[in-house]
Amino acid sequence: MSATPFPAGPIQRCEGRAVVVPGDDIDTDRIIPARYLKCVTFDGLAEGVFADDRTERAGDHPFDRAESQGAAILVVNRNFGCGSSREHAPQALMRWGLRAVIGESFAEIFFGNCLALGIPCLSADHDAVLALQAAIAAHPGAVLQLDLEPPWVTLDAGSDVQAWPLNLPAGPRRMLVSGEWNGTAQLVAHDGELRATASRLPYMNAFAAA
Amino acid sequence: MSAGTLYDKVWELHRVAELPGGATQLFIGLHLIHEVTSPQAFAALDDLGLSVRHPERTVATVDHIVPTTSQARPFADPLAEAMLATLEGNCARHGITLHGLGSGRQGIVHVIAPELGLTQPGMTVACGDSHTSTHGAFGAIAFGIGTSQVRDVLASQSLAMGKLKVRRIWVDGALQSGVYAKDLVLHVIRTLGVKGGVGYAYEFAGPAIEALSMEERMTLCNMAIEGGARCGYVNPDAVTYAYLKGRPHAPVGEAWERALAWWSYLASGPEASFDDEVVFEAATIAPTITWGITPGQAIGVDETVPTLEQTDSDERPIAEEAYRYMDLRPGAPIEGLPVDVCFIGSCTNGRLSDLRAAAAVARGRQVAAGIKAFVVPGSEQVAAEAEAEGLDAVFRAAGFEWREPGCSMCLAMNPDRLEGRQISASSSNRNFKGRQGSATGRTLLMSPAMVAAAAVSGHVADVRRLVAVPMTPAPETATTRA
Repeated sequence: MSATPFPAGPIQRCEGRAVVVPGDDIDTDRIIPARYLKCVTFDGLAEGVFADDRTERAGDHPFDRAESQGAAILVVNRNFGCGSSREHAPQALMRWGLRAVIGESFAEIFFGNCLALGIPCLSADHDAVLALQAAIAAHPGAVLQLDLEPPWVTLDAGSDVQAWPLNLPAGPRRMLVSGEWNGTAQLVAHDGELRATASRLPYMNAFAAA
Repeated sequence: MSAGTLYDKVWELHRVAELPGGATQLFIGLHLIHEVTSPQAFAALDDLGLSVRHPERTVATVDHIVPTTSQARPFADPLAEAMLATLEGNCARHGITLHGLGSGRQGIVHVIAPELGLTQPGMTVACGDSHTSTHGAFGAIAFGIGTSQVRDVLASQSLAMGKLKVRRIWVDGALQSGVYAKDLVLHVIRTLGVKGGVGYAYEFAGPAIEALSMEERMTLCNMAIEGGARCGYVNPDAVTYAYLKGRPHAPVGEAWERALAWWSYLASGPEASFDDEVVFEAATIAPTITWGITPGQAIGVDETVPTLEQTDSDERPIAEEAYRYMDLRPGAPIEGLPVDVCFIGSCTNGRLSDLRAAAAVARGRQVAAGIKAFVVPGSEQVAAEAEAEGLDAVFRAAGFEWREPGCSMCLAMNPDRLEGRQISASSSNRNFKGRQGSATGRTLLMSPAMVAAAAVSGHVADVRRLVAVPMTPAPETATTRA
């Protein structure tokens, strides 16, 4: 479903329409119900994104509205992505077309899973997120400009331009803007350090005498 | 900043390097995998042309997708069969031990690793499953990871991590009879909220924690993640060591003595300092049950569904959503609420002591008319031990179904699921909308003894009125293992 390529390399900005999914504590079972986890690749996950919520809302879910189609930025509230550690959740969002998430706060595992895919999760305080959500509602289909350095989001609706500062911890921000968010090679390269660490852990040697 | 805690010591010992992005590369002592979150990780490993660095430190089982009625291969569900076949292929190709169906050691990953003695104090434990926090019961630092991180552990036996703060959850006093670790942890989450633990590791300590059996400590740590804390742990002590001794992967002889010394050194000492501390009184906790759609929406069985006026303003929108979804009226009692399905099992409460507690309630009683009740042992070993002491017969005589091990109706990845608007009394860990397989199905989380009480009553019931529950758990010893 996603027309744009998946994230790769340095990620400094993101531009696109927004889709707002309001509410606190939206868990990963809601983002991608468990039946969609019966797979050995992530390829087909876009069709399951918010599947049960969308059925319940019968076409009126934010992901089904005309102005959301092709959206690149998801806007949420508090503790988004809580519950199961399934990476299928950010994978499904990414494959639907999303490239960044803005919210009041995120569950930790979800935040890390997004980071590993090159999808920044940026936070702002309650009032700012509500104002951003209201501005998006007032200008359906308007384009958001998201910058990571410094973290900032701008809504440009022609005559009405509004902007809000965002938060992204320094570590993840450095990883994203430098392109080092997919760090398997970096971990593997520390061969000597890995050996040294293993050698000082007694259980790695079955507690044999020193 | 915390200092001198078990978390700090284990973190330091496992620190491999500081990464340019600011994260720490952390060595992983034990990596557990299963069929749901590993196939894409192995595929990514292939794409990168990498091999598994420490195949002997990764252990696999199959749990989420297995049917609990017939486990004959091939499974009726071709997708489930493909997932297990993929896991079998990946493990064979990379030299990883797989505890498969019928091996005597298969079961829910968070049940089998402790019972095999794989989980030990002072280890870092990672698994592509959020309930990996369970292993913290041993004084391990254990946390759930996503599939990209599974790939990283396979490739490097390490992860890029940020250090957490440490909050001590101190529990004074003693739990009442009929009140279990499940009630305690639901009470903690109810009090601190489902996001209260974000950014923290939870250290559970105090007299009420020290009095818990290992299996109860596992229940407690299992649900730390439901309170937002990615890991929870209990300092290792004599209870921990008695559980571990004699398990297949536990050290023996002089190695055991050296292990004891190291494990004891790792425990948070009296000089340890914490980022935060919260104190609870165990004796005031009632059997606790969720009424809503998050594990924090919990009340004592003798309380009523909170009204909006009794709810923090921040929590009112989700409370209103929960009233609608659960079809519950604010101010209504929870006791007496009719249920349709009763499920005993899961990585939270599918161990032998859980089944004993439920069987003590079921013994000599009958499942109420119209209720589907079933018991799913957490592992083949739990099933064998329960059958050896006749618990299966107790359950069957009472009208419960006795099933094969697996994750079952905790989540909807196998044939066990709610239908339509059914409401379940469940010993599992999540009451999210749709969690148990029906988009409109409803879940009430509670202890296994409370589930059994609901099954024989036909509605939510206070287990304290049904049975004089023995205060002292049967000793946990390493028996019946090959």
